[in-house]
Amino acid sequence: MIRFENLHKAFGDKQVLAGLTLEVQDGETMVVIGYSGTGKSVALKHIVGLLDPDAGDVLVDGRAVSTLDRDALNALRREIGYVFQFAALFDSLTVAENVALGLRRRGLDDDEIAERVTEALALVDLTGAGERYAAELSGGMRKRVGIARAIALRPRYILYDEPTTGLDPVTSAVIDRLMVRTREHLGVTGVVVTHDMRSAYTVGDRIAMLHEGRIRQVGTVAEVQETDDPVVRQFIEGRPT
Amino acid sequence: MIDRIGRRTVGLIQAVGRWGQFMADMVRALPDVTTWGRLALVQMRRVGVDSLPVALFIAAFTGVVLALQASYTFTGTVPLYFVGTLVGKTMMLELGPVLAGLALAGRVGASMAAELGTMKVTEQVDALETLAYDPQSFLVVPRVLAGTVMFPIVVALAVLVGIMTGWMTSLWLLNLSTPEFVKGLRQFYQFKDTWFGLFKSATFGFTITTVGCVVGLSTRGGAEGVGRSTTRAVVYSAVAILVLDAFWAAVLLR
Ligand SMILES: Nc1ncnc2c1ncn2[C@@H]1O[C@H](COP(=O)(O)OP(=O)(O)OP(=O)(O)O)[C@@H](O)[C@H]1O
Ligand SMILES: [Mg+2]
Repeated sequence: MIRFENLHKAFGDKQVLAGLTLEVQDGETMVVIGYSGTGKSVALKHIVGLLDPDAGDVLVDGRAVSTLDRDALNALRREIGYVFQFAALFDSLTVAENVALGLRRRGLDDDEIAERVTEALALVDLTGAGERYAAELSGGMRKRVGIARAIALRPRYILYDEPTTGLDPVTSAVIDRLMVRTREHLGVTGVVVTHDMRSAYTVGDRIAMLHEGRIRQVGTVAEVQETDDPVVRQFIEGRPT
Repeated sequence: MIDRIGRRTVGLIQAVGRWGQFMADMVRALPDVTTWGRLALVQMRRVGVDSLPVALFIAAFTGVVLALQASYTFTGTVPLYFVGTLVGKTMMLELGPVLAGLALAGRVGASMAAELGTMKVTEQVDALETLAYDPQSFLVVPRVLAGTVMFPIVVALAVLVGIMTGWMTSLWLLNLSTPEFVKGLRQFYQFKDTWFGLFKSATFGFTITTVGCVVGLSTRGGAEGVGRSTTRAVVYSAVAILVLDAFWAAVLLR
């Protein structure tokens, strides 16, 4: 279970998160929506301890992330797959090496690594691209390698930061299906940050809207679709003011 | 005014603190040999390949100039074979390490800062951390180690090349015979000349790579930030080399 507890984070004068509280149950996929620049990525980074909160904390399995020492934090990170918004692939490595890097850290043997790499690349429809260098890929391919890198770990939690932004509609649908399947097969708990409402409705069990540093509304897909809250309505319908 | 000095001081103390933290992190990462071992070899090759051509090029021309300047300065009052002494000593003690060091700051330091800076701003460093890698043992230790080990080797070769071109210049342009040149070369030679130069080079290699890594990893703000980091790394390490050079001379040569 992931629990954001009254999380506060500012950069300089800019208060980004101001009392974010949200609970993600085991086995569910929580979709987080919100305007660009509201701090969705910042919130995700707190889950893996890449950022330190000013106040409040994130609890993963009941343990406050910001209080963990280095070893405990690394142990926690081994349970979490993180798909970065801009993929964050290692440019100097091939696609296959990118996917393998995290597996090697987990001490798997070479055969198992090769097997998992092949499998993960097949899942994101990149079979045969393993030997290409990350720097040579298109944006959409990079994104899919980023997803492969996370799911190859078979983690208990996966955090997706805008997994379908910038992909064509068909590839987006493929990725949506992949996220749903990953949850069904591996039983992972997921947090999906997205602007793509179609994707949100497909993969989400619940949807939470982050607005002005806190959660504006959280509810099942049906509840959010029926919402009376004008801010949420406007966002999900994509109406300009 | 006082306010500004105060802020500067605080800034300086913070920088020193960060530096100390960085060093402590690096020492902590040292036992993690399985992570950095293979990477260190890759970096060593890179440092060698990157810096050797420039270092040898500089040394070759420095050797020529040193020989000519020596003979010009001596103007018949000092025996000409002292050209050998001057070329040898100056190359080993000062110009070999320092010129190669400055060149290395421009090549290796800059490229490390740019590379790590890019990794930082494109979140590759964050990604490494989420995969439970320690950026210190994965990125920094191999680079610093490679710089410290490889740089004395590069300088040793540069010194040899410089002495060789100095000798050839003496032979062809100054009409100094080979035995005479060698006599000059050996006259005041001490073993300390060699180890001082090489030890100094190792500290330069360490400094350049550490500065490159620290500056690279503290990059912020996109491509522009990477550019800023790159220049900063070159300037800082060049200054550090010159200061360190004077420091070692004061400590070890008195
Ligand atoms: N490391 C940082 N240093 C300074 N400011 C930051 C940092 N990271 C994020 N911010 C700021 O925090 C705010 C929220 O950023 P964040 O990336 O979380 O937005 P987001 O909700 O993910 O937006 P998008 O949908 O565009 O990705 C932005 O104003 C951003 O400038
Ligand atoms: Mg974002």
